Amino acid sequence: MPKKNYCSGHPDRKSDFYIEFTPAESGSICIEIQSNSKVLHGSKLNQASIKALSDLGIKHGKLSVRDNGGQYFVLLARIEDAVKSAIPNIIAEVLPDFKKHAQYKSKFDRFRRSRLYLPGNQAKLMLNAGIHKPDAIILDLEDSVAPNEKTSARFIVRNALRHLDFFGAERMVRINQGKLGLKDLETVIPHNVHLILVPKVEEASQLEEVDNKIQSICEKFNRKDPVFLMPILESATGILNSVEIAKASKNNVSIAIGLEDYTADIGVERTNKGRESIFARSQTINAARSAGIQAIDTVFSDVSNEESLRESVREAKELGFEGKGCIHPRQIKPIHEEFAPSKAEINKATKIVLAFDKATRKGLGVVAIGSKMIDPPVVKRAQKTMEIAVITGLIPNNWKQK
Amino acid sequence: MGQKLKLVKNAAGRQVPIMVNGIKTVPYKGVGKYSPKGVKAAPPIRSCNDYPASGNKIVRSLKEALQKCNIKDGMTISNHHHFRNGDLVMNQVFDTASKMGVKNLRWFPSASFPCHEPMIQHLENGVIHHIEGSMNGPLGNYASEGKMKGLAVLRSHGGRWQAIQDGEVHIDIAIIAAPTADSFGNCTGDQGPSACGLLGFGLADALYADHVIVVTDNLVDFPCIPWQIQGNNVDHVVMLDKIGEPDKIVSGTTQITKSPDRLYIAELTAKFVKAAGIIKEGFSFQAGAGGTALAFAIYLREFMRTANIKARFIRAGSTKYLVEMLEEGFTDYILDGQTFDLEGVRSMRENSGHINTSPFTSYNWHGKGNFASMLDLVVLGATEVDINFNANVVTHSDGKMLHGIGGWQNCLFSKCTILPIPSFRNRIPIIVDEVTTLVGPDELIDVIVTERGIAINPKRTDLIKSTKRSGLPIRKIEEIKEEVDSLVGAPLDKPEFTDEVVGVVKWVDGTIIDSIFKIKNE
Repeated sequence: MPKKNYCSGHPDRKSDFYIEFTPAESGSICIEIQSNSKVLHGSKLNQASIKALSDLGIKHGKLSVRDNGGQYFVLLARIEDAVKSAIPNIIAEVLPDFKKHAQYKSKFDRFRRSRLYLPGNQAKLMLNAGIHKPDAIILDLEDSVAPNEKTSARFIVRNALRHLDFFGAERMVRINQGKLGLKDLETVIPHNVHLILVPKVEEASQLEEVDNKIQSICEKFNRKDPVFLMPILESATGILNSVEIAKASKNNVSIAIGLEDYTADIGVERTNKGRESIFARSQTINAARSAGIQAIDTVFSDVSNEESLRESVREAKELGFEGKGCIHPRQIKPIHEEFAPSKAEINKATKIVLAFDKATRKGLGVVAIGSKMIDPPVVKRAQKTMEIAVITGLIPNNWKQK
Repeated sequence: MGQKLKLVKNAAGRQVPIMVNGIKTVPYKGVGKYSPKGVKAAPPIRSCNDYPASGNKIVRSLKEALQKCNIKDGMTISNHHHFRNGDLVMNQVFDTASKMGVKNLRWFPSASFPCHEPMIQHLENGVIHHIEGSMNGPLGNYASEGKMKGLAVLRSHGGRWQAIQDGEVHIDIAIIAAPTADSFGNCTGDQGPSACGLLGFGLADALYADHVIVVTDNLVDFPCIPWQIQGNNVDHVVMLDKIGEPDKIVSGTTQITKSPDRLYIAELTAKFVKAAGIIKEGFSFQAGAGGTALAFAIYLREFMRTANIKARFIRAGSTKYLVEMLEEGFTDYILDGQTFDLEGVRSMRENSGHINTSPFTSYNWHGKGNFASMLDLVVLGATEVDINFNANVVTHSDGKMLHGIGGWQNCLFSKCTILPIPSFRNRIPIIVDEVTTLVGPDELIDVIVTERGIAINPKRTDLIKSTKRSGLPIRKIEEIKEEVDSLVGAPLDKPEFTDEVVGVVKWVDGTIIDSIFKIKNE
C-alpha cells in the first residue's frame, strides 16, 4: 500500500482538530499529539485517540492530532472521518456516550417560532446554542457545509446529538439533497433527532423517499417515536406542488419556504419589501393550513439589522407564518417578542379561554361570550395565544387563577 | 531561577515563603486580620535651596537625569503604567542604564505589558535583577518559567501603595512619563499627543521616591494646568521626541463584546443586581473595560432609564459608555482610576464631574478608609473560581502566570462582588475544585454569573433570599461545575509543579496569600 496521509479538518481552524491518518499493514499504532494544553489534556487526548482507533478496529498506522481547542466529541468525529477516508469499508462508528440530557422528546404541535441554523462542522457554535432558548436548533449538513466537509460534518452532528444539551430546544437536522441526504439519515436518525429538514422539495415523492428511508432506519434501530419532517420549498415547482407536499407524510409538522433560492428560481431580486414572493408565501401558508400543519417563514440573514428583522417577523405573523429562521442567537429574542400576542390579543383570548373553561365545567356544548357564539377553531387559536403569552413571559403561568 | 525556600502554611492553607527577595514577610492571616504598627516610610529631606530658583529643572537626556540621580547597582526604579502597551519610555530607561553599566536593578512598575518584552534581555544580562509588579504577556511567561533571578511579587494597585508606605519597597528613582509637563515638573495626563487621562498610578512614586524624573514630549510654559502631579516633588524634567504610541495607550473606542454568550452573561448579571435590589437611587458601582463588563453597564443603564434611577458615583476604568452615562445624567460623578479610551480622556479634561483618583483614594490599605469598600456593586473577571468561591486572576489552570492583579483584590471589598464569567474556555472549565493560585478569598466573592446559571455564595443569605423569587437561573455552584465538566471532558490532568517558588501573591495588607511554583518540564 502506498504511504498516504488521509486528513480531516483544517490545520488552523480554531476550536477544532486537524487529523492526519497514515494507514499501515503492520507495525504498532503511533499517535502524535500537538497541543497547547498538553498539561491539562495530554493524557485524555491520547486515551481518546487510542479508543477511537480501537473502536474502528485499527491496529496499525500513524495518527497525528493537531489540537486547536476543539471538544472531545469533535476529536472522535475527525478521527473517524480521517480513518474512513483511508479505509471506506469500515462500518463501526466512534460514538461518544449518549447523555441523558440528549434524550428528551418533542411533540407534533410544539411551537417552532425560532429555529437557529448552525453549520454542522462548527461545533463551537453548538456548545452554548441552547442557552439562548430558540424553539429549535438546526444542525445543518447542507448549504453551510463545504463539499469537502460533508462527511466529517455528519459525524460531528451525530456526536453533538449524543453529547450536547440543547436545553429543551427541538433537535433538528437539515440533510443534503438526494442520495447524500439519505446517507445523512443513516448517520443521524438513531440519535434522537426530532425533525429532519428536507431541502429543495419539489415533488411529494421526494418527501416519501425520505420518509420511507427514515422508517426503515427506525425499524432497524427499534426507534419508536416519530421523526418529524419539515420540507423546505425553494422553487416555483415546489410552491406549485405545495399542497401535495404538505400532505405527503403524516410526519410533516410544517412546511417552510426558502426565499433565497426561490427568488433566484423565478428570476427576480430578493427585496426587503418582499413583494416578489407574496404569492409563494401565501401559497405556502394555505397549503400548510389545509394540511393542518405549521407554515414557517424563511431565514432572516442580516444579523446586525434588528429593526428589519422585527419588521420582517411582524409581516410574517400577519401573513400567517408561525416561525422564522435565524442564523445568530441574538435574533431569537426579537423573533419571540414579535411573534408574541399584543395586549389586545391577550385580553380577547383570555375572555374566550375562560368562557370555554366555564362551558366545559358546566358541560355545555356551546361556548359563548355574551350573546356571541365562539367556534372551536377560535377557541383553539385563543388557547394558543395564551400559551405563547405564557412562554414569552407576558403573563404568569397561573394566569387563570388571577 | 525558581527558589527553594522555607515555606509555611498560611491561614488559607497555602504554602508561602517567609523570606522574599531577602526581605522577611508575613504569611496571610485572614481578611482584616493583619494591621502592622509603626510609622510610615518617608522620602529624604530636600531643600528648595538645592533646586534652581528659576524653577527650570530640564536636563538634556535620560542619561544625564539618571546620572544626577546617582543611579547605582541594586537600586529600585519605578514607573506608572498609564501608557499601557504604548509605553516608549521604560525600555529606553533600562537601555540607558545598561549602557551606563548599571546592574541588578529592581524594576517596580505598577504594571508591565507586552511592549516591555525587550526587558527580557536586561533580565538575562543582569541589568534588571527582577520585576515586582503585574506582568502581562511575555514577561509573565518568562517569570513563570522561573527564569527571573528574584521572585515575582504580585501586588494589587492598593497593595503597591501599601508596600511603599510600609517601607517594604523603597523607590530610588521614579520615572513619571507625562503627556504634558512644564519645566518645574508639574504634569498632567489629560493633554498632549500621548494623553492617557490621568497619572494616579504614579502619585505614590512621586511622593515617596528619593528621586523623581518627569519625562515628557509636550513641554508647556509654567504653569502646567492642571498639575495632577506637583512639580515640587520632581527633581528633573527630560524632553523626548515621543514618549508613547497613542493608539496603544488608549483605544479609539472600547468594544462591547459581540459574543452572544457573553452578552447573555452580561444581561443575566444586570437582571440579578436588579432583582437583588442593588440598583436604587444614589447607588454606586464599578465595572471594568472588558467586553462583558461594558455590556453589563449598558444593560444596567437601560434598567436605570426605565426605573428612573440615578447613581451617585461610578468608579472606573472610564470608557465611552460610562462617559455617556455621566453626560446623560445617570450618575453625578465618575471617580476614575484610569481612562481606557479617547472619550474617557476628553471627558476627564472637560467634565467637572469626571474626577481623577489614585490607588490612595480608592484602594490603599494604609489609608483611613478607601472608596472600594463603599461601593454597592463591583463586577470583575477571573481565570478560575473554586466551589468554595475562592478566585484566581493571576494564573491559569495550567499553572502559567499570565495576568496582573490590578485593582481586583481591592475591589473585592465592595458590598456586592459579582464575577460574570463564561463557565468554560475552549476545553478548560472555569469552576474548579481548588484554584491553582488563591488571589481572592471566598468570603469576599458573592456571586458567580455564568451562561449556565448564577451561583450565590452560601454566606450571602441576604442575596439568596432577595433573589429567591426572581425566576433567574440560580443554581448551586457544584451543579454548574458538574454540567460543564461533563461537557468538556473533565476531570483534567493537573499541572505538575516543582518545589521551587517563582513568585508570590500578596494580599492587600502586604501579607502573602499564595505562592506560584515552577512548572515541571515535560
